[in-house]
Amino acid sequence: MSNLTKKAKSLHKIPIARPSIGVAGRTGTWRWMKPVVDLSKCTKCYQCEIYCPDNSISVEALKGAVVNYEYCKGCGVCAEVCPAKAISMVEEEQHGP
Amino acid sequence: MVLKSLTGNYAVALAVKMARVDVVAAYPITPQTTIVEKLAEYIDGGELDAIMIRVESEHSALAAAYGSALAGARAFTATSSHGLLYMYEWVNWVSRARVPLVMAIVTRTIGPPWNIWTDHSDYYEQRDTGWIQGFAMDSQEVFDMTLQAFKISEDPRVYLPVMIGLDAFILSHTSMPVEVPEQELVDEWLGARTQGFIIDGSEALIHGALSSPEYTEEFIKDMGKAMEEAVEVIREVDYSFGRTFGRSYGGLVELYKCSDAKYHLVLMGAWAGDAMEAVDTLREQGYSIGVVRVRYTRPFPGEELYKALSSSKGVIVVERGVSFGSMGPMFLDIAGNMLKYSRKLPYMRNVIAGVGGVNVTYKDFEYIAKETIDYIESGEEPSVMTWYHARRSK
Repeated sequence: MSNLTKKAKSLHKIPIARPSIGVAGRTGTWRWMKPVVDLSKCTKCYQCEIYCPDNSISVEALKGAVVNYEYCKGCGVCAEVCPAKAISMVEEEQHGP
Repeated sequence: MVLKSLTGNYAVALAVKMARVDVVAAYPITPQTTIVEKLAEYIDGGELDAIMIRVESEHSALAAAYGSALAGARAFTATSSHGLLYMYEWVNWVSRARVPLVMAIVTRTIGPPWNIWTDHSDYYEQRDTGWIQGFAMDSQEVFDMTLQAFKISEDPRVYLPVMIGLDAFILSHTSMPVEVPEQELVDEWLGARTQGFIIDGSEALIHGALSSPEYTEEFIKDMGKAMEEAVEVIREVDYSFGRTFGRSYGGLVELYKCSDAKYHLVLMGAWAGDAMEAVDTLREQGYSIGVVRVRYTRPFPGEELYKALSSSKGVIVVERGVSFGSMGPMFLDIAGNMLKYSRKLPYMRNVIAGVGGVNVTYKDFEYIAKETIDYIESGEEPSVMTWYHARRSK
């Protein structure tokens, strides 16, 4: 069935997008609370990386959880799910771009 | 080619089978049920290699058909009246997603009062959804239009879903002879399915994401453009169908005895056949009249109708539906679309009849036509909109 179907470009605009970093701009500027990782407590369990809705925190094998502040919106999910309580939410000193 | 006796619903089912659909998802509702029953029989008997997705509602039926279509399957569903209204959110979603799909609407009056007979109110209510909408007159046309619907929907100039209307019972459950072509010929003519994007896991795609107002406007504007281009695609498909299978309907509008007609009856659906019979009798009595049968209401055939009606002495638009507080939806479309070509319109009358499934026969069309013509010939004009009421005192 679907292996017979061909993709043929529409002659009009079609409402799809391809995922890429930063399609909505630097969403880090939306943040007013930022997650700060205490690497001495991080157990590299990957819960923060799994739960982050914006793919903005990743666990590095040797170091532990690292936040990408360019795009992290500061939702706080990582701090909430961290079983080791290694992430705390700290108010931003400066708001806006 | 073989000749088979088929009800309107079985004609839909056979065409869907011959289009080799991959997925059927539907929820039973009178009078649509026998379409999906027949398809289930085809699948069960091994005549059709497809998956039947049983769902708990029409909302899910279209969602399932849509999901299958996104993944590249040729998908089909069918419904009526309240079922169609229940899937309304998805009806809009599918067209705005630009996903090719075909759905049959066996038109049935909306309740209350509870009613299972035909009028066109459920079909009319879909006119702003972005679906291509066709309406068939007899079992043969239902069969042909269903096959054509897949080709139109899957054309890269279009990529919009198509719905096919057919009248409850008077067509859906009435048998007529249908010319059924060879499967090989259908395969060759229809070809493989094409669509603008396929979500099958091979490529990362975001669909249904937030878009800014400016981008959204562009997508919607392009849907309008696709609708405009669909006019030519429908004509082309009708022509190539005629070359292959020997039947052509003249595009978006069929003209019956119009070449020399002074007056015109305009309508769509099964009762257009009764109107043609009435025209035969009226012509014997000396009335110069023809039938303009509208086959597609979206895209609306403004150009065809302007050409057919601009020099008419009187246009009578008979409709099985009304926009409450306004007039018949097709009458409004005809008047509005003809204004694109000229500010000067012929005399036009809108007769609302057959609503709630009231039986309207060739005798009623004779009466309506004579009344209008006699008024105009005597220098008077009947009111622009009237109800032709079955329980009226004659």
